[in-house]
Amino acid sequence: METTDREPVARGIGRRGFLGYVVGATTLVTAAELALGGAAVASPGAVTPTLPQIPELYDLNDFLTECAMPTSALIAIAVHPDGTVSFALPRAEVGQGITTSTAMIIAEELELPVDKVTITLAPARPELVWNQLTGGSNTTISTYTPLRVAAAVAKKALLEAAAALLGDTVDQLVARGGVVTGPSGSATYGDLAALAASPDTRQVDVQLKDESTFRVIGTAQSRLDARDAVTGRKQFTTDLQVDGALPTMVCRAPTLNGKPKALRNRSAILAMPGVTDVAVVDTGVAVRARTFGQCIDAVRAMQVDWLDGPVAGKSDEDIVAELRRAQNPLKLPDLPANPLLQTVSRDFLFYFRSNSAMDTNSAVADVRSDRAEIWSGLKSPIIAQQEIAQAIGLPADKVKVNVVNGGGSFGRRLFFDGALEAAKISKAMGKPVKLMWHRADDARVGRTHPMATSRITAALLGGEVVAFTQAHTSVATDFRHGLGEMLTANLAKLPTGLGNLGFSETVFTLTQEVPYNVGVVSQTLTETDNRFNTGSMRNIYSPDVRTANELMMDVLAKKLRMDPLAFRRKFLRNARVKACLEKVAAVGQWGRPMPAGTAQGIAIHKEYKGASACLVEIDCRPATVNRTVPGGDASVTGPRVTKVVYAVDVGLAINPRGLEAQMQGGINDGIALALTSSMHLRDGHFVEASWDNYFYTREWNTPPDVNVIVMPSDSTQPGGAGEAGVAATMAATACAYARATGTLPAYFPVNHRDPLPFTPKPVVPPIPQSPTNGLKLTF
Amino acid sequence: MPKQSFILNGERVTVDAPDDVRVLWVLRDVLGVTGPKYGCGINVCKACTSHVNGRGFNPCSVRVGDLAADDEVTTIEGLADTVDADLHPMQQAWLDNDVAQCGYCQPGQIMAAVALVRKVRREGRDITEQDLDEIRNICRCGTYTRIREAIRDGARHMA
Repeated sequence: METTDREPVARGIGRRGFLGYVVGATTLVTAAELALGGAAVASPGAVTPTLPQIPELYDLNDFLTECAMPTSALIAIAVHPDGTVSFALPRAEVGQGITTSTAMIIAEELELPVDKVTITLAPARPELVWNQLTGGSNTTISTYTPLRVAAAVAKKALLEAAAALLGDTVDQLVARGGVVTGPSGSATYGDLAALAASPDTRQVDVQLKDESTFRVIGTAQSRLDARDAVTGRKQFTTDLQVDGALPTMVCRAPTLNGKPKALRNRSAILAMPGVTDVAVVDTGVAVRARTFGQCIDAVRAMQVDWLDGPVAGKSDEDIVAELRRAQNPLKLPDLPANPLLQTVSRDFLFYFRSNSAMDTNSAVADVRSDRAEIWSGLKSPIIAQQEIAQAIGLPADKVKVNVVNGGGSFGRRLFFDGALEAAKISKAMGKPVKLMWHRADDARVGRTHPMATSRITAALLGGEVVAFTQAHTSVATDFRHGLGEMLTANLAKLPTGLGNLGFSETVFTLTQEVPYNVGVVSQTLTETDNRFNTGSMRNIYSPDVRTANELMMDVLAKKLRMDPLAFRRKFLRNARVKACLEKVAAVGQWGRPMPAGTAQGIAIHKEYKGASACLVEIDCRPATVNRTVPGGDASVTGPRVTKVVYAVDVGLAINPRGLEAQMQGGINDGIALALTSSMHLRDGHFVEASWDNYFYTREWNTPPDVNVIVMPSDSTQPGGAGEAGVAATMAATACAYARATGTLPAYFPVNHRDPLPFTPKPVVPPIPQSPTNGLKLTF
Repeated sequence: MPKQSFILNGERVTVDAPDDVRVLWVLRDVLGVTGPKYGCGINVCKACTSHVNGRGFNPCSVRVGDLAADDEVTTIEGLADTVDADLHPMQQAWLDNDVAQCGYCQPGQIMAAVALVRKVRREGRDITEQDLDEIRNICRCGTYTRIREAIRDGARHMA
C-alpha cells in the first residue's frame, strides 16, 4: 500500500453519488472516508400495542457505524502493475469470512475477478480512532459503502487512463474482468495502473453501480483463504517465525486471578532442559524455552508462592446468591384494576460459559528499550497498542501492533490479554517471546460469558398480553476493549436518556428488544461483581435474553391455549421476523407427529439489522440421552438435536455461502449453550481445564440434518452475520427441550447440575502434562 | 543431546532433542512444520492429528524418542504427496464444500478424515453416520455440518 494523504471528510452527494480520492502515488491508489458507512437509520413502524423499543430506532450497529463519522482517516485500495488490487482491512479476520466478503465488494465495483483482490489485515492505525474495532457483527455494515466508493474511484481513474491510452472517450469504454475495452482496443488494469496514478491527491465524484447489475455480490463464493487452510499454510500467531521469539508459557495461580509472590526454585527451573529465561510478571511466572513441551515441564516444576485471587473460596452457589441479592424487584407497569388480569412469572439462571477458541490467547512480542513490535489476533488493536505502550513505558508510536489471523474469537479477541502479557514478559526478559496460553489457562483464566439471571413477568387479559417485563441480572460484562471508550467519547451520539447509563446497560439497551405485541414492554439490565474475567461472548446478552423470552412466549401460548407457532404468528410485529418464522415452519413441517420424548421447538430473533427464525427437533428419549461414544475421554451426550431449520434475513447478503457457514456455526453454539457447555466455579477457580471438561458441541451432538435458508431481500444494505445464528438456536433448542420433556428448565445449560462427568484437573501444577501413549492409540 | 531421526513427509529428518519432547513440539518448534496445531496438548482436541505409517495419530502424545528411525510421519503438508497430486481428494473435498472458517482445526480434521476412510476400508465397509458421530476432533467455529458432507465427498474420490 502506498502512503495516503489525509483530506477533509467527504460527503455523499445525491442518491448514489459519492466523493472519494485518487491518492498521490506511483501506482493507482484510491481512497474513501470510512465515514461514508452510515446506513440510514430505520424509521419506526406503524403504531402498535407495543411501542417501538430503542434498538428498532437506533441500535448498537448504528452507534458503531456512526463512530466512523468524526475520523478523517481514509481507507485506500491500490491497483498494482500486475493487475491485482490490494486492500489492508482495518478489521480482524477470525474465521467470520470478512476478507472474502470484502474482496467481493471491491471486485464487484471495480469489475475484477475476486481472486485478483488481495486483502490483508491492517496493523493498528491510531488515526482511525474508533474505527478499528471488530465487533457487534458490524464490519460489513460499516465498510460496505466506503469500499464501494474507493473501488468506484479506481474504476473511474482506470477508465480515464484507458481513454487517454486508446484514444477513445470514457463513455465508449467498458471495464469488465480486469480489462478495459473500447472501439480502438483494450488494456488491462495492470497496463493502466501506473498511467492512472496521480502525483498528488485529488477529489473525485463517482456514481456507484446499480444493485440490479451486481455480478459478484449475492453469489456464493468460497473463502479466499481456504486453500491455505487445507494445506496447512494458513498462519496463526504461534505459527509465525520471528527471530529469537522462543516458546513461552506462564505458570498461573491456583485461584482465579491470584498473583505471584515469589518463585522458590528459580535456579532449578533455569537448569531444566531447553529453558532460557524465567520472569515473574503480574499474572504469573513466565518461562521461555526451546520448545513449548519444555515450557510445560518447567511450569509444572515451578514452586510458587501465591496471593489468593478475589474469588478465593467462592463457588457457583455463592455467585448465584450474590446475583439474587442484586436483583431488582420485578414489577409490572401500573395497569387498570381488572379481576380477570392474570400474571405469569418465570425465572431462568444462566451459568458461566467460555468462549475459548481453538487458537489460545497467544502473541509474539519483541520489546526493546526504544521500540516494540507485537503480533497477535486482535479485534481492538488501537487500544491494545495504547495499553501495551503504557505497560512497557514506551510512547504508543514506538509500538507497532500487527494483526494476525485469529483461530476463532467468539468475542474473546476483543481483548488483548495475551498480547499485553507477552509484552510485559518480553520486557522483563529483555528478549523476544512467542507466548502461548496452555489450553488449561485459556479455559480457566480466559474470558467468560458472565453468569446471569433473567426474570420475566407478563400480564394476560382476555386473549392479549398487556404487559411484559424482563429483568436481566448479570455478573458484569467487561467492555474495556475500546467499545466502552467509544461510548464515553460519543455519548452525544446516543439517543436521549442513554447518556447516564454505564457501558453494559447501554449495550444492553441498544441490542435487546421484544419484537412481539405484548403491551407495555420493559427490559432492564442490572450488573454486579467485576471480579471475573468476562467479555462479549458471541452475541453478548442475546442468547440468554432471547431464550428466557421465547420460553416465556411458549408459556404464554399455553395459557392462551395456543400452539407456539400460532402464538408467534398472532403476536409478532415485524414482517421480516414473521417471514423467517413462516419459512422455517413450512420447511421444517411444524406440528408434524413425533414420538413421545421428542419434540419440535420454534423461536425467533431480531438483531444486526436482520431477522431470523429457528425450528429445532430434539430427541430426549433415554436411549438417546444415555448413548455413549466409544474411545477417548468423557463424552457428554444427553439430548440430541436431530434437525435444525434456520431462516436468516440479513438484508443484502454479500456472500450467501459464507452467511450459511456463519449460521451453521452459530447453530452449534446455540445448542451448546442450551444443553452442554458451562463453567463450574468451585473453591475459587473454574474446574474446566480442557476440551474433555468443557463440552462445546461435538460431532456426536451436532444435528445430522441442518438446513439454512438465506431469505430473499430487496434491501440494498447488508446486515451483520457473524453472531446472527446463536440466539434463535439456543432459544428454539430450549423450547424443544421443554416440550419434549414436559419440564421448563430453570437453568442453562440443562446439564449444569449433573455430576461432573470428569475428574477435575489439579490447579497445582496449573497445567496437565502431555500423555506419552499416542502410538498405542493410532487409528 | 540425543539425535532423533525419522521420516517426515517422505524425507529423513534428524534433530537434536531430548527423548521425552513430544513429537508435536519437534515438528512445530524445532522443524518449523506448523500444519499440525496445538489445541490442548493432552490428546483430546485432535487439532494436531497427523499420520504415522499411514495411521492417524496425535503427535502431542508421542515422545520423539519413541519414534523408530523408519517410522514415516505425514503431516498435512505432506498429505498431497501421498497421492502425487497438488491436493489430496480430501483436501479438494474441503475446498469444494468450503468447510473452513477460521481454519485452525482443519489440518487435523482432514488428517483424521483420511485416517477414518482408510480404517473403514480396512474393515471392508462404507462410512456411517455413527462413524461421523465418533470423530473426536473439535471445531469451535462449529463447521461440523460441512465436515460431514466433505468426508463423504472426499471418500468417494479416494483411490
